[in-house]
Amino acid sequence: MSSSDTLVATGNKAHSHGPGSPVPLQARSERPTSYDVADFAVPNGREEEWRFTPVRQLKALFEDAAGTETPKVDASGPEGVVFETVAADSLKVGKPQDRSAAVAWNHAGDAFAVRIPVEAELTEPVHVNVASLGARGFSHLIIESGRHSKAIVIIDHSGSGELGSNVEIVVGDGSDLRVVSIQQGDHESIHLGQHDAVVGRDAKLHHVAVTLGGKIVRIGTNVRYAGPGGDAELLGVYFAEGGQHHENRLFVDHEATNCKSNVLYKGALAGDHARSVWIGDVLIRAAAEGTDTFELNRNLVLTDGARADSVPNLEIETGEIEGAGHASATGRFDDEQLFYLQARGIPEDAARRLVVSGFFNDIIGKIGVPEVTEHLHEVIEEKLARAAELSTSAKAVIGQ
Amino acid sequence: MATLEIRDLHVSVDTENGPKQILRGVDLTIAGGQTHAIMGPNGSGKSTLAYSIAGHPKYNVTSGTVTLDGEDVLDMSVDERARAGLFLAMQYPVEVPGVSVANFLRTAKTAIDGEAPKLRTWVKDVNKALADLDMDADFGTRNVNEGFSGGEKKRHEIVQLELLNPKVAILDETDSGLDIDALRIVSEGVNRFAGQGDKGVLLITHYTRILRYIKPDFVHVFVDGRVAEEGGPELAEELEANGYERFLKAGAK
Ligand SMILES: Nc1ncnc2c1ncn2[C@@H]1O[C@H](COP(=O)(O)OP(=O)(O)O)[C@@H](O)[C@H]1O
Ligand SMILES: [Mg+2]
Repeated sequence: MSSSDTLVATGNKAHSHGPGSPVPLQARSERPTSYDVADFAVPNGREEEWRFTPVRQLKALFEDAAGTETPKVDASGPEGVVFETVAADSLKVGKPQDRSAAVAWNHAGDAFAVRIPVEAELTEPVHVNVASLGARGFSHLIIESGRHSKAIVIIDHSGSGELGSNVEIVVGDGSDLRVVSIQQGDHESIHLGQHDAVVGRDAKLHHVAVTLGGKIVRIGTNVRYAGPGGDAELLGVYFAEGGQHHENRLFVDHEATNCKSNVLYKGALAGDHARSVWIGDVLIRAAAEGTDTFELNRNLVLTDGARADSVPNLEIETGEIEGAGHASATGRFDDEQLFYLQARGIPEDAARRLVVSGFFNDIIGKIGVPEVTEHLHEVIEEKLARAAELSTSAKAVIGQ
Repeated sequence: MATLEIRDLHVSVDTENGPKQILRGVDLTIAGGQTHAIMGPNGSGKSTLAYSIAGHPKYNVTSGTVTLDGEDVLDMSVDERARAGLFLAMQYPVEVPGVSVANFLRTAKTAIDGEAPKLRTWVKDVNKALADLDMDADFGTRNVNEGFSGGEKKRHEIVQLELLNPKVAILDETDSGLDIDALRIVSEGVNRFAGQGDKGVLLITHYTRILRYIKPDFVHVFVDGRVAEEGGPELAEELEANGYERFLKAGAK
């Protein structure tokens, strides 16, 4: 397969899988999870959960050894929020699903907890900054929203190191919690993260994964429901540039009745060997009557040499549901759109920006946190400017 | 007075089997104040002519010239051509997801004029242009051409024509696929534009029907990549009566 191939994986079949052995989600949900690193072999890249990932570059995060640094974690927030350091095993909502998550669990030390008290309605977002400082380190965050509280928590991952992280999220009954996780490490940074969320009765979780930087970023987000009436909106935005690998793996496990999930991930890719992977697994168990779920992944390939893989899986074990659907589409930048805008006088670079911002428009509108959406607009502009420079210099090389 | 001058234009497209010649020497002069109709059968190269003038990258000009008021159009990028005063109403307008009509129109107007339009008058102008084409004001919040019916797309092209007010408008089968009411509404828009007196119009059509509403000063019959015959409005009447038969036979010789 040449490097300019774009894999267009469309998931119109309920059990579609890419090349490789199809693994039913039921089996996936029973896949070993463990707090013990020894329960996971070092991945070789042929495993179902690692086959898209450049595992050879991840040795440091598979090694069962203490970190060479402790990532710097600092947090701030409006009155009412409680920050504290707690034992790693104080909650155990998440359970590592792969070797890197188990390594991170065991070597992160204590967890840093953010608690939103019962019925608190925070007026400003809570910020948690996790900076990895150039070495190999691990972090463990816990976010808990009390019953009927309302809050926004923004986790900002930055730095130049290799980071393994676990995030445990408990959405208290009737609460409304918005967690935005931004991955924006330096160009050489690596980040493997696992997020586990439990959505309480009648609670609402908005989980937003924004990946804007890092050589390899792989975030697994797992959501389950503690009671009926839960609602999870899972959003993701990524923009991989040359040499970057951005991977998102979702697993929504519907077991409680009358719960909703809505997954929307959108990504752009520009540059040689820009790579994105999106795996969206949704399982509706036999007991999960009244479930309403939809998942959608769209990718916009802006240049040759970039590749997006997209694999939605929806498995339904009960007929008594409200609705279930999934879709996935990967397309190239549409030169006809560019021509149309330019034919109305709009210069090429502005036209390009308009098309790409149009592509992201709906999802950015859903993020609902102005400081995040502004930042996103800025970073997307910067990335497009870099992509435009690339194509100009490429033309110069060909001599056009 | 704007003049668009096309001289001996040869255009090819790249195909799997190498370049394919489509335009074979087109000569055409559209002076300000004139409306020219180009009529021709399917596949004769009408859209190729329109796209080539607008600068679509698919079409390679192998020889010939296109100038607007003496300026070399072929040397300009697509957006420079538009800013120089050319406008192409497309046969198949393109959908641009996530970009609202209001944002699109304002961005285009700003680019064409070199400055942002005055907010208060602009909103009024947009609403009037939409209303004139019998389009609801809330089209402004819709995404460009997305989910528009065929007729709405064509009316949206004429909304843009009126708001951007170029020197020369090329209308590529704007009449195709319109019902009679929409045809009348679109024609009135074109006539308002042309009625300013100094504007050039190149009206490309497959059918004579629209010529009942828009009166051309000149009619060109386009066959096999070139102008086969030119005349006044009477030529359109002949086509109405006899079709393209006579020209196709001539072209096939
Ligand atoms: N990309 C292309 N590859 C091959 N042939 C093309 C291509 N684009 C246009 N053509 C051919 O060029 C001719 C003229 O097309 P067009 O300009 O669209 O004609 P019209 O608008 O008069 O119907 C047609 O025969 C068409 O099939
Ligand atoms: Mg045509």
